[in-house]
Amino acid sequence: MAKITYIAHDGSERTVDVKPGLSVMEGAVKNNVPGIDADCGGACACATCHVYVQEPWLDKVGKPSAMEESMLDFAEGVEPNSRLSCQIKVSDALDGLVVKTPESQH
Amino acid sequence: MIAGQTSETGRTGRVLAAEARVVIVGAGHAGGTAAALLRQYGFAGPITLVGEEPLPPYQRPPLSKAWLKGEADADALALRPDSYYAEQAIALRLGARVEAMDLAGRTVTLQGGERLAYDRLILATGARARRIPLPGLELPGVHELRTAADAEALKQALGRGRRLAVIGGGYIGLEAAASARALDAEAVVIEREPRLLARVACAALSNFFQDYHAARGVAFVLGADVQAIVGEGRAEGVRLADGRILSCDAVLVGVGAVPNQELAQAAGLACEGGIRVDLRARTSDPHVHAIGDCTRRPLPLYGQAHRLESVPNALEQAKQAAADLCGRPEPAPEVPWFWSDQYDLKLQIAGLPFDVAQTIVRGEPTTARFAVFHLDPEHRVQAVEAVNAAPEFMAGRLLIGNRKPVAPEKLRDMSVSMKEVAA
Ligand SMILES: Cc1cc2nc3c(=O)[nH]c(=O)nc-3n(C[C@H](O)[C@H](O)[C@H](O)COP(=O)(O)OP(=O)(O)OC[C@H]3O[C@@H](n4cnc5c(N)ncnc54)[C@H](O)[C@@H]3O)c2cc1C
Ligand code: FES
Repeated sequence: MAKITYIAHDGSERTVDVKPGLSVMEGAVKNNVPGIDADCGGACACATCHVYVQEPWLDKVGKPSAMEESMLDFAEGVEPNSRLSCQIKVSDALDGLVVKTPESQH
Repeated sequence: MIAGQTSETGRTGRVLAAEARVVIVGAGHAGGTAAALLRQYGFAGPITLVGEEPLPPYQRPPLSKAWLKGEADADALALRPDSYYAEQAIALRLGARVEAMDLAGRTVTLQGGERLAYDRLILATGARARRIPLPGLELPGVHELRTAADAEALKQALGRGRRLAVIGGGYIGLEAAASARALDAEAVVIEREPRLLARVACAALSNFFQDYHAARGVAFVLGADVQAIVGEGRAEGVRLADGRILSCDAVLVGVGAVPNQELAQAAGLACEGGIRVDLRARTSDPHVHAIGDCTRRPLPLYGQAHRLESVPNALEQAKQAAADLCGRPEPAPEVPWFWSDQYDLKLQIAGLPFDVAQTIVRGEPTTARFAVFHLDPEHRVQAVEAVNAAPEFMAGRLLIGNRKPVAPEKLRDMSVSMKEVAA
């Protein structure tokens, strides 16, 4: 299990155990953590699972695919640490990961 | 008592009383989402989610894609973890079919006779696979693909060296064919129209998908007149009008879906190829909302009403209904969209190709990265079909929503970025 912390827009935090192999998006949905809509269920088709990866984790989560990058290009409120959480696979190496969710997904 | 508490003073005064009883019929993507949103929006009264299937709400899209290929398990299908419903005090009544509704008495009757009283009812009964009158349809080995149980049965029939005949060249049929190939099974797709995806995609896209599938070993028979499914005790072939028999081990019939509106119709709700609703998901009865695949809904961007079969539509209407019940403002209308995964292709479609004066292909289909834009006479984007082309899809969706005209020559020119086209 890896501990993932989700910080909501209002600053409230939830830390949950996520099974390696699941995505950071699934970790939120399965634990009823709000702030991630995931309309397409992880197909990298909707950009409603947008998160901001907090340091020092940005390098460790790896680079987005070209597909993900271009979806993000057109999402709202995009920052250099923006990622689509359905595209980040949880592993033991990500134990402790912290992500922030935007005010709204759209 | 309850009726009096949910004061009915015209269109603005329909906010739910705290103890109003909400019953949702259909525990699918729309119904499950509506229940969750009601809680998220602060409604604390009793919610009962009644579903005919034995499973809590789950996602159907993977049934023909990742799940069929064995890349996702049952857990990954679930919309929420099982514990969610108890935690949120959402009463789940699974394996329970609603047989009748009484609008005047505000009750629904379950199979077996039990009655549930409601103050607000949300119909989210979805759609079912269309059945065509075809001899042999009842043979073992003939499948349809709508539910997890259907997918499980189909998965058993696939595997190395098996041969699947798909009747119907729509998205579900093509996705199932791609999944069959991924499992080293053979697949033949039989379509009545002269091209694939005839009802749902433009010709450029149909041709592209046909070539892509054919290059990966899928056989096609287009313009085919299917006469019967034949076999001794089980499906062994599909007979065409020209006498040919396409042999197979299993048949998937994927010829579209029909809305589950009979319940609503019998109770007297206005239906017309789907339960008629407005942009707050209200039906013709003030105590009943309807959402998802079972509805015929207005599309304000296009000035028409339509029945949509997609997850984004189910989610949008779930928001409309939950917002209306909780006294929130009507959500802004969204641009309809849809996606499909086949092999390494991601197809994303936004909008609907009504009133199209001009069609522009951006990119080269042979590179498997291109988009088809449909413009109205004022050069406004009505629809975009994007293959492995996320910028085109995302920018196209924005442009459909904001109705800004585009310059066709820029749109056609791959050296002009979509950011610039949309600016
Ligand atoms: C194989 C497959 C692949 C798909 N792929 C995609 C995709 O890639 N992208 C996309 O956007 N959409 C896709 N869709 C469509 C999407 O799944 C539907 O649009 C969505 O499920 C609609 O949600 P719904 O809640 O309206 O209906 P459903 O999810 O069909 O739920 C309706 C539920 O109501 C129940 N019910 C019906 N009548 C009664 C009754 N009288 N009493 C009790 N319960 C009842 C049904 O059993 C069902 O469980 C796909 C669909 C299928 C089948
Ligand atoms: S869930 Fe849709 S893009 Fe991540």
